[in-house]
Amino acid sequence: MIPQSFQYEAPATLAKALSLLQQYGDAKILSGGHSLIPMLKLRLATPEHIIDISGIKGLSYIKEQGGYLKIGALTKESDLEESRTIRTRYPILMDAAKMIADPSVRNLATIGGNLAHGDAANDHPAVMLALRAEIIATGPNGKRNIPVDEFFLGFFTTALQPDEILTEIHIPVKKAKTGGAYLKLERKVGDYATAGVAVQLTKDDQGHIAQIGIGLTNVSAAPMRASNAEAVLKGKSPTDELIAKAALAAARECDPNADLRGTVEYKRAMVKTLTERAVRLALKRAK
Amino acid sequence: MFCNTSKEISGLGHGMKRKEDARFLQGKGNYIDDIKLPGMLYMDIVRSPYAYAKIVNIDASKALAIPGVLAVITGRDLEKYKLHWMPTLMSDTQMVLPTDTVMYYAQEVCVVIATERYIAADGVAAVEVEYEPMKAVVDPFKALEKSAPVLRPDKGKTDNHIWHWEAGDRAATDKAFEKADVVVKEQMYIPRIHVASIETCGCVADFQPVGGQLTLYMTTQAPHAIRTVLALVAGHVGLSEERIRVISPDIGGGFGGKVPVYPGYVCAVAASVLIGKPVKWIEDRMENLQADSFARDYHITCELAATKEGRIQALRFKTIADHGYADAQAAPSKFPAGLFSICTGSYDFNTAFTEMDAVYTNKAPGGVAYRCSFRVTEAVHAIERMVDRLALEVGKDPAKLRMENFIKKDQFPYKSALGWEYDSGDYHTALKKAMDTIGYNKLRKEQAEKRKRGELMGIGISSFTEIVGAGPSRQFDILGIKMFDSAEIRVHPTGKAIARFGTKSQGQGHETTYAQIIAQELGIPAAHIEVEEGDTDTAPYGLGTYASRSTPVGGAAAAMAARKLRDKARKIAAYLLEVSEEDLEWEPGKFFVKGAPEKAKTIQEIVFAAYTNHPPGMEAGFEATHYYDPPNLTFPFGSYICVVDIDKETGEIKIRRFVAIDDCGNIINPMIVQGQVHGGLTQGLAPAMYEEFIYDDDGNLLNGSFMDYLVPTAVESPHWETGHTITPSPHHPIGAKGVGESPTVGAPPAIANAIVDALSHLGVTHMDIPITPQKVWKVLKEKGVVKAV
Amino acid sequence: MSTKKITVTVNGTSHSVEVEPRLLLVHFIRENLNLTGTHIGCDTSNCGACTVLLNGRSVKSCTVFAVQANGKNIKTIEGMAEGGALHPLQEGFKEEHGLQCGFCTPGMIMRCADLLERNPNPTEEEIRWGISGNLCRCTGYNNIVKAVQYAAKKMQEAEAVPA
Repeated sequence: MIPQSFQYEAPATLAKALSLLQQYGDAKILSGGHSLIPMLKLRLATPEHIIDISGIKGLSYIKEQGGYLKIGALTKESDLEESRTIRTRYPILMDAAKMIADPSVRNLATIGGNLAHGDAANDHPAVMLALRAEIIATGPNGKRNIPVDEFFLGFFTTALQPDEILTEIHIPVKKAKTGGAYLKLERKVGDYATAGVAVQLTKDDQGHIAQIGIGLTNVSAAPMRASNAEAVLKGKSPTDELIAKAALAAARECDPNADLRGTVEYKRAMVKTLTERAVRLALKRAK
Repeated sequence: MFCNTSKEISGLGHGMKRKEDARFLQGKGNYIDDIKLPGMLYMDIVRSPYAYAKIVNIDASKALAIPGVLAVITGRDLEKYKLHWMPTLMSDTQMVLPTDTVMYYAQEVCVVIATERYIAADGVAAVEVEYEPMKAVVDPFKALEKSAPVLRPDKGKTDNHIWHWEAGDRAATDKAFEKADVVVKEQMYIPRIHVASIETCGCVADFQPVGGQLTLYMTTQAPHAIRTVLALVAGHVGLSEERIRVISPDIGGGFGGKVPVYPGYVCAVAASVLIGKPVKWIEDRMENLQADSFARDYHITCELAATKEGRIQALRFKTIADHGYADAQAAPSKFPAGLFSICTGSYDFNTAFTEMDAVYTNKAPGGVAYRCSFRVTEAVHAIERMVDRLALEVGKDPAKLRMENFIKKDQFPYKSALGWEYDSGDYHTALKKAMDTIGYNKLRKEQAEKRKRGELMGIGISSFTEIVGAGPSRQFDILGIKMFDSAEIRVHPTGKAIARFGTKSQGQGHETTYAQIIAQELGIPAAHIEVEEGDTDTAPYGLGTYASRSTPVGGAAAAMAARKLRDKARKIAAYLLEVSEEDLEWEPGKFFVKGAPEKAKTIQEIVFAAYTNHPPGMEAGFEATHYYDPPNLTFPFGSYICVVDIDKETGEIKIRRFVAIDDCGNIINPMIVQGQVHGGLTQGLAPAMYEEFIYDDDGNLLNGSFMDYLVPTAVESPHWETGHTITPSPHHPIGAKGVGESPTVGAPPAIANAIVDALSHLGVTHMDIPITPQKVWKVLKEKGVVKAV
Repeated sequence: MSTKKITVTVNGTSHSVEVEPRLLLVHFIRENLNLTGTHIGCDTSNCGACTVLLNGRSVKSCTVFAVQANGKNIKTIEGMAEGGALHPLQEGFKEEHGLQCGFCTPGMIMRCADLLERNPNPTEEEIRWGISGNLCRCTGYNNIVKAVQYAAKKMQEAEAVPA
């Protein structure tokens, strides 16, 4: 398990990183390395150039500003776990961070890398779908905001252009009566999800669900939103019956593959169960 | 617990802290990959992406063009030296490197030798092999069909059947089944798994062309046997046993997986001989899982016959054993099915019959005795599952049914229906202790209440009997070498000692426990006794450590060698004290004159005299060697109880409690025994709920890495609760039996029984391990408890 | 083959070395520095045998390039005992029999050092989740949990006593 040789650059600034990216064309971006390095070791990826952006200052932060929770792309999973803001106001992100791989991996793995990899098995994509986040990409012509619904295009494919770097994530700042949860079924701790469900919802004064986002992990080629499930609950009072109906909708709209983690039938059933449970937990947290 | 020495001496029964820990704790262990020799080259292996294919061409030109790549060795190259085939321990043969056909996924195809590890890897990536894939034979039942391609025509075979084995009385058993009130039957699969020690395998082969000596540093549990095997298979190219030195350094877990000779070892030796420089080969994890010997892989049809009250009468098991491409078991030569005939377990059977057929398929060859005394795990799983199955059938509590069928304490030594003589046991006491510890009756009440509410909770018991310590020379040999083991004790003039053994620790703590045995017998503090193993140039010949044989055989050898020295010490003491030997009494550490305890000589004084003032006519010095040939095997046992709660909607299984009561006879070091039990339990949990090799129809292994081969972490592993009873072995010098494998053997059926018990009211009678949430959910769906979307 | 010059402080000693960019940190530590206490168990960042501290945090050195450690501090098992005295974790593993074959032990100890740094008094549950990226095939984990609890207690006692 030895990677093929490559050229390595560790630019100190984003500008330099972007110019190297343009210069090399085929370069791979390395931040925490926990998606890329395994692929390099298996020689599934054999880039000629690697641009290590982990040394770029100012890309690691968690702050509420201008109506958004802004998270720098180089923010590590362990930073999320240890953040008071995340713990007290965005439990859905805390749920996810704690379930990603293991503590040592989380000490290096970054949220930007988790999203930019475009892997439906990663946990943050579903969470960002539930949170209706925006992904900020920086390229030679500056920044652009990509709504998360336009970010995941297909199997390991994102809207990032070859000359762009994912630099920031914008999440609408937590409103009153908002709660979220991420539940993940795994074969053993640290595994990729057999199925995962992220739910973020806001209640109105009548106790109806004013807004809801539901994202699904590892039950489709690209990370997916459970739109039908959302539609069942949006604007409604969340009765047991409606929650069950929404869960069933999510189970039907997902598109899992049979693999070592389970049959299609099992995964759909798990999406149903996890959706019900995540909605209930989110409602409980939406105080 | 037997304990009559001071803490300073630390003989039997003391929970002495381990002597070996200091180096491991500070990063100073010396494992195979830590060995670096001047001028050392690295070997890496090109492996087959197909389970069954013809090799059309191997083009190494691009690899050889890489600076630093020195050689690419193929089967054709080895053929020139007649080294392309090697024997297995079971009188079968397997390829070292193929000349024309690959027979299993990830099989070694050729090796690359380079100046650096990274360059060797580049070389492997650059070798171009052209294959012509063929339809692989994956399923052992299909392998036995007439239409199946014959995989081993080289063995003169006309089908894929390897051997038939049977034990017991077929006719009497059939008759008992005909007459029985109740017959229960289940088809079960004990899946193919892997030892997955955290250290993989590897070696450094160092051949000195001038003198013709080979030093082979190797991750081996049996260094002496390896040396002999090398001399036998490579004698024709000049390797002669006196010029071969095998050194087994610290081993990062063995569990049976480091007993066999793998092709990589032979290739590294061949490369070192050909090039004349040291060659290192270290597997990566995927190679280790995909190509090294597997364990288990038995398909067993199990039947029990009983009265309507549940009194067990007869047993009939029929097994198909999938050996992959070769019967490469590491088992005693006369036992093709290992000690599977322990399958009558802890129960008093009148009659039993078991038969087995072994089959070739296109999978990696094996199998090893993974933390198990040769197929005991499979046997115990089958009987313990079937006893629960019978209890369900006759409507009796499984604990009660066991109590009514156990071999009774006064029946020992007990001759089993399949021919073993169990040395000692007290099964009722062990099960009762386990039941009391866990609160069995209360749990049954709780379960009844939960069932009314639709909640799923199960309680599972396993009351296993092991058979370890191979073994008596009349029955047990490996390639003709009898399965004795040895100890050599040399006490220096100042009363400090070094003891050398033919066994080889892989974490069992021999440096501590062997020292304690000698301390017990000689009264020299265990802290003053160095234990050394693993170097064939210094240690006495022995068969190695596996099958829980270190304590039963090596430990016995230590006690016997020490007793020889104690006899000598008595003579010296008598001389020094000017009394007759009969007038002396021993207490650990000294001889004293009967009735005059102040007239005494300590062992240290006696040893010093052996070098400075030994009696006339006596040989000077203070050393002894003993080769111990055990009169019988030992039969450790225990009762385990597991409680599970099941999430109906996801099928997730939570082990709420697990109580393990073990009886391994006299205990040498209770701390180490408990540690062995903990570890074995997690290795029993693994196949019960997580681990299994999964192949596709083309014979590709789908989960050959730690990403998908699910070794339990501290989260899956529950908080184990342990205890013991003590029933000494009557024939072992210190009454010990061995414990390392009991938990691996005993835990899987306790867990499986608990899960099946949680579902039994739904009509579930059996589930194959590993029992995963997905399997549970599927059963719940079939029983109408949950619905598919 | 192009190389990069890196400067890394390992167990308090600074090393400036030319390395190939693809050189994995674990090989840099084991082969270039001859600190063989850090082991390799799986290559896929699942087993944790290669765990070291990078700027005080546990990382799996089989999935880090040496060049990524440029300018940083590394601590390996060889740097844990100070002034001849075992670290409380090393002592805990010995006293509570938290190791058998010893192969996972260095990585386990380095992981636990980070765990106790962030959570000086963890519950059994927290310890189990905290070491979930480190596989042990020998001990069944019971005694590793006890070893960490032993160290936590000892470290807190040391903290409580003013020097």
